[in-house]
Amino acid sequence: MTTQSTTTTASTPRLVPYDDAVRRYDPVLGIEVHVELGTRTKMFCAAEVSFGADPNTQTTPVSLGLPGALPVVNGTAVEYAIRIGLALNCQIAESCRFARKNYFYPDVPKNFQTSQYDEPIAFDGWLDVELEDGTVHRVEIERAHMEEDAGKNTHVGGSAGRIHGAEYSLVDYNRAGIPLVEIVTRPIEGAGERAPEVARAYVQALRDIFRVLDVSEARMERGNVRADVNLSLRPTPESPLGTRTETKNVNSFRSVERAVRYEVSRQAAILDAGQTVIQETRHFHEEDGSTSPGRVKSDAEDYRYFPEPDLVPVAPSREWVEEIRATLPELPQARRRRLHDEWGFADAEMRDVVNAGALDLIESTVAAGATAAAARKWWMGELARRAKQDEVELAELAITPGQIGELQQLVDAGRINDKIARQVLDGVLAGEGDPEQVVVARGLEIVSDDGPLLAAIDEALAAQPDIVAKVRAGNQGPVGAIIGAVMKTTRGQADAKRVRELVLERIGG
Amino acid sequence: MTDLTRLSAARLAETLAAGEASSVEATRAHLDRIAAVEGDVHAFLHVSSEDALATAADVDARRAAGEELHPLAGVPIAVKDVVVTQGMPSTAGSKILEGWIPPYDATLVEKIRAAGLPILGKTNMDEFAMGSSTEHSAYGNSHNPWDLERTPGGSGGGSAAAVAAFEAPLAIGTDTGGSIRQPGAVTGTVGVKPTYGGVSRYGLIAMASSLDQAGPVTRTVLDSALLHELIGGHDPRDSTSIPEPLPALVAAARQGALGDLSGLRVGVVTQLQGDGYQPGVLARFQESLELLTTAGAEVVEVSCPSFESALAAYYLIMPAEASSNLAKFDGMRFGLRVEPEDGPITAERVMAATRGAGFGDEVKRRVILGTYALSAGYYDAYYGSAQKVRTLIQRDFAAAFGQADVLVSPTAPTTAFRLGEKLDDPLAMYLNDVATIPANLAGVPGISVPNGLSDDGLPVGFQILAPAKADDRLYRVGAALEAALESTWGGPLLDRAPELG
Repeated sequence: MTTQSTTTTASTPRLVPYDDAVRRYDPVLGIEVHVELGTRTKMFCAAEVSFGADPNTQTTPVSLGLPGALPVVNGTAVEYAIRIGLALNCQIAESCRFARKNYFYPDVPKNFQTSQYDEPIAFDGWLDVELEDGTVHRVEIERAHMEEDAGKNTHVGGSAGRIHGAEYSLVDYNRAGIPLVEIVTRPIEGAGERAPEVARAYVQALRDIFRVLDVSEARMERGNVRADVNLSLRPTPESPLGTRTETKNVNSFRSVERAVRYEVSRQAAILDAGQTVIQETRHFHEEDGSTSPGRVKSDAEDYRYFPEPDLVPVAPSREWVEEIRATLPELPQARRRRLHDEWGFADAEMRDVVNAGALDLIESTVAAGATAAAARKWWMGELARRAKQDEVELAELAITPGQIGELQQLVDAGRINDKIARQVLDGVLAGEGDPEQVVVARGLEIVSDDGPLLAAIDEALAAQPDIVAKVRAGNQGPVGAIIGAVMKTTRGQADAKRVRELVLERIGG
Repeated sequence: MTDLTRLSAARLAETLAAGEASSVEATRAHLDRIAAVEGDVHAFLHVSSEDALATAADVDARRAAGEELHPLAGVPIAVKDVVVTQGMPSTAGSKILEGWIPPYDATLVEKIRAAGLPILGKTNMDEFAMGSSTEHSAYGNSHNPWDLERTPGGSGGGSAAAVAAFEAPLAIGTDTGGSIRQPGAVTGTVGVKPTYGGVSRYGLIAMASSLDQAGPVTRTVLDSALLHELIGGHDPRDSTSIPEPLPALVAAARQGALGDLSGLRVGVVTQLQGDGYQPGVLARFQESLELLTTAGAEVVEVSCPSFESALAAYYLIMPAEASSNLAKFDGMRFGLRVEPEDGPITAERVMAATRGAGFGDEVKRRVILGTYALSAGYYDAYYGSAQKVRTLIQRDFAAAFGQADVLVSPTAPTTAFRLGEKLDDPLAMYLNDVATIPANLAGVPGISVPNGLSDDGLPVGFQILAPAKADDRLYRVGAALEAALESTWGGPLLDRAPELG
């Protein structure tokens, strides 16, 4: 009866629930991460690089691809690429060439991208990735290579900023020629049902490394770090690799995780239906976490790579590589292990600290004079509660580790107590200044002048003569009641220890 | 009064320095000559009279003020249109760049301007330097001043014709497979392809990046040395530029002109003579060898078997690189933009329409050849094999330079051919460069020195090749040969060219 094409309906099976999918299929990941290097100038010319400049103001004849212009390799970009390679436990090439990747597209000014093809600057590395529960998964790195970014297209008119149906397109070449390093993993196997977490943790670990190495601002929201996520399924870990899809430009940690989950569910449904997964690039959609097919490649993409004749090979001397290795900063994972030891936290406590993003905050608070335990108590306790209440990250709270350190010192010096400290916190968060200023301005300092205390004590003792009698008889237990009464009268600002001393003195005297 | 256009650049420079003439007078004399003969020769695509006269006036004023000037200051020059010049059209002989005014100067143009050489204009050429006759120029061919029915060679026929027709004492050429030397040979002028990396390529509209090299086009060997020293040397904007300073070229030319070549071993390349070379070309070649022997040189025969494959390798490497270098001409950012006649206006379709309309047949032929040679599945067989041949040619050169200090051959197998004669036979056209291509594939320097007229009364050239970075040898041997030839002729060869206009 129906003449509708069966392929249309057959090609869109429903998703298989994730848990079900990973029970029956083994996911294999492959991740390509591009990071924009934070060099002062572009990869192959002296055009300045800065975020948010007016369109097409950061260009030279080279980055505009004008006739006659020639590229020159940015030495700092090479150094950054080597730093990344070393941090990922890679070999650094003794000599490597750039290649031209030829394809016509308006955001590529020369209609070829200068990249590295069969001679990457760094290769054969690995990175141990720690999941939230402390499980470590080793990701093997195939290569890290240098290349230049393309310009940025803006499609005006039509639907959803896509090129199809747009009235016209604008190109900003400020981004064209910004140095990139692309890091390509080998197939990541053995992650099983935790593949989405591994993918996310890997990208996050890379981001942290880029920041520590100081090679990039590594801000996901600015597109400094972009991930392409490859995924395939196979019936069992022993089976040969299945057909993969490549989901392009997944640009947040959460999206990386969601894209993997979605592709697992989608591909499982296709395989369940006895169909084959099409090898293709796909787009990720933030709104619903789904992916959809990208540009259909009618014929196999042929980039006609060949060695870039305008550049001589990059040949970093072994001395230089060792110099860079020797000056690498402590990497995030090593730092976590060191701090864990120094602070003496329990494993679970340390994981919570890391997962809450409190590592830097606690380290700075300790540097400001607090003990690790006190710093953890503040950030993981009262401050975590307030951050949750305000739905912000810990680091976004309007209080600095230095201020927490100061607050704790006030407590340690006996000038305020824990209860008052919370009020000081309120003041700091309300923008009333540093803890010291808040204490003074709000008059929160513990009353240590014996005069007003003695008056309050005498009043309390007079009100409860039976207690005095009991104490005099040798039973010190009821002293607490007197102290409590004094604290009440002084609105908690009295130093409880001193009150106790004075009470005993008074009764004894 | 002396005709300032008939002087060599060195003589003109002396005349200016001595105050016997001003740069404005010299520049005006050349502009007048251009006005008189361009109708016959068509060497220029653009004449920049105002710019040239302004530079000349500035140089005259600085000279009057006692400022120390470059030796060539005030001597006019013509620049091949493949070299970008700020504020002056630079079309590379192509419709696709019609109307484009570059916002920057090539490094060699910066040097020319800084030294105070008035730029007379931009010279004609085969489109994107692809050709051996200027017949592939999108703006009409140039004519050979020796016979207006013949080509001045190519691709730099415009520069060679301008110098041969006394429209300019100096010109800039570029040589990817012989585009300076072959036009030099067929117009009776001197042309030098420096060592690869010896002159900055920054600002040369690239054909084949690993082969392109700019160099001097002049009427005397000494003039080439003077110009080469001006435009050469390291440029941090060109990664392939040689970091070491140039050898002393002018000194080598002056020493060579004294005529003593004792102790010099001259290697005759077996593979670059014989079949396909006109008898007149070979006869003049033998006579020149005898002159070198008389000057004290020892002539030996050297074999470079891989040269037989040079043309084939060249016609894979050059188009491969060109196909990629020419991709940027797409109507998106500069130059010609053509929208498709019907159907939607998309970037892809505008690119296709622009390239279809803007490129000539020879350019399309090479872009297609190169695209094919780089394609997946063909890369190893074509581009990969060609690179291996290139390595073999480099080895042949290394071995030959173990036996001889310089290598020599006729520059081109024939004298200038008639316009239209080879236009429909690309392979015959390509064969013109058989003797010049090996130097480009190996990156070694070469010079063509006019060494007489063939039986048809047209000039022929003598090619001298030296090891990389030993460009000074070209000038020593070239100047010695030039001196010996001129003493037998009783004057420069170009004195025998027909009067124009």
